[in-house]
Amino acid sequence: MSQATTATPSRTAAAVRLSGVSKAFGSGDTALLALDNVSLEVSPGEFVCLLGASGCGKSTLLNLVADLDKVTAGSIDVGGARVALMFQEPALFPWLTVTGNLELALRQRGVPRQERRARAAELLASVHLSGFEKKRPHQLSGGMRQRVALARALALTVDEDGDGGRGTVLLMDEPFGALDAMTRDLLHDEIERIWRERGLTVLFVTHNVREAVRLGDRVVLLSSRPGRVVEEFAVPMERPRRIDSTEVATLAATITDRLRAEVGRHGA
Amino acid sequence: MALETRKPGTGRSPDVNRELAGLDALELAAGARRSPLSRLWSAVWPMLVAVAIALGAWELVVLSGWKEPWVLPGPRDVLPEFWNVVTDGRFWDAVGLTMQRAVIGFAVATAIGVLIGAVVSRSMILRRAFGSLITGLQTMPSIAWFPLAILLFQLSESAILFVVVLGAAPSIANGLITGVDYTPPILLRAGKVMGLRGLGLYRHLIIPASLPSFVAGLKQGWAFAWRSLMAGELLVIIGDTQSVGTLLHFARELSDTERMISVMIVILIIGILVDQLFALADRTLRNRWGLNTD
Repeated sequence: MSQATTATPSRTAAAVRLSGVSKAFGSGDTALLALDNVSLEVSPGEFVCLLGASGCGKSTLLNLVADLDKVTAGSIDVGGARVALMFQEPALFPWLTVTGNLELALRQRGVPRQERRARAAELLASVHLSGFEKKRPHQLSGGMRQRVALARALALTVDEDGDGGRGTVLLMDEPFGALDAMTRDLLHDEIERIWRERGLTVLFVTHNVREAVRLGDRVVLLSSRPGRVVEEFAVPMERPRRIDSTEVATLAATITDRLRAEVGRHGA
Repeated sequence: MALETRKPGTGRSPDVNRELAGLDALELAAGARRSPLSRLWSAVWPMLVAVAIALGAWELVVLSGWKEPWVLPGPRDVLPEFWNVVTDGRFWDAVGLTMQRAVIGFAVATAIGVLIGAVVSRSMILRRAFGSLITGLQTMPSIAWFPLAILLFQLSESAILFVVVLGAAPSIANGLITGVDYTPPILLRAGKVMGLRGLGLYRHLIIPASLPSFVAGLKQGWAFAWRSLMAGELLVIIGDTQSVGTLLHFARELSDTERMISVMIVILIIGILVDQLFALADRTLRNRWGLNTD
């Protein structure tokens, strides 16, 4: 069990290291502090779930790690890893086919034109969508679109030659939040398999406690307004886990109590 | 059902493929497709009914005796003359000149509109500065430009072109600016994650994303170009050239009301046909993108 917490830094180099990260929006008296002194280390190949109520700055944190936004204070180190970000919405380009969406991502990674089609087909196969190459996003169901989005995120992590994986950080911003429960359960199995096969490092944001326990090696609980690390929970259960198993439910209940106590502070 | 084979505990992974495939199949239930012929018919019959109603109403007005029949002839007098007009070769020469002006004017307006739209949409300050001016130009009746156009270019092709371009370009520019403005933020975010910047961002994201709005702008631009052109051809009569506008003008001079109304019908039909072309482009785009609900 990986225990790369801030209190006990792991011996191996962290895949993602946040040191005292703060992020404020605006300036002066009206500035809104979204993240306050967040420190977090994620080991290579670790699956970490960030859990928090609304306004805990989860999405802000991922944007910072993905370098879409700049920190106000502190530092973020991803050690030159390739970082891909996946959202709650698939955010596929509607004017491109499924293959076209993947090929554009591969193009951005510098994959030569003649290789893109084959690489896109491999990626589609890895999310079980072979045969849907020529479809357009609107012709797919929500779950299928999200799998294409996952394949596109994976496309952004490939090397020019190999198929990437190690040294790759996948950031997921409530990726299954808009899906029905059955599709979500299946996609939990999928993401877990892909994470294992590719040795990805995953930072997974969710507000669903059971989902966090189902997937994470570690669950990091954040407070709201501003976001701070409140507590970390190691998840000791063996994989694959069932989201409706007693063990998951028990740990989820513990974490939920802690989360509620945290949310309750804002009502007082 | 694959979905019922799930067992508690472990040993699930072999089923995941089947379960996913099953779920995919269930969610992709295709809707029934109608034959092209029945779709064509369902598009055509309401139009035929509308034409019949319009002709009927026209005939009723004439029968009511509101105006003398030589001032307002009925469809029974006009339709034979309409046939004479459209079977005359010289008439089609006139239509040819008018369409040539329309196409050139629209092309120039598109080039200018795209240029202005592209520049203005790039910067917030330019948009604040010129956004309302462009919208103002768009609402300005094009006929108000003619006195200036005639002073600048006399009675020439250039005067007509000037007004047609001024009529159409603002709509086209506005369509592009709106399209750029309404590029969905989530797609912009996805584009940034992919590392799209600068020209690449425009080429791969912003331009395709603004296409539906741009086509709407083109369609509206065409409507303005066509109106401006008709006004222009009535006001700016150059030598003995024959255009749709001059036909209308001389039919009125000669009190040939049947001929005048025939030409008006042709103008209407051309307008409808071109509009249908734009509608087709719009529909194709929407179908490909899945913006249609039916």
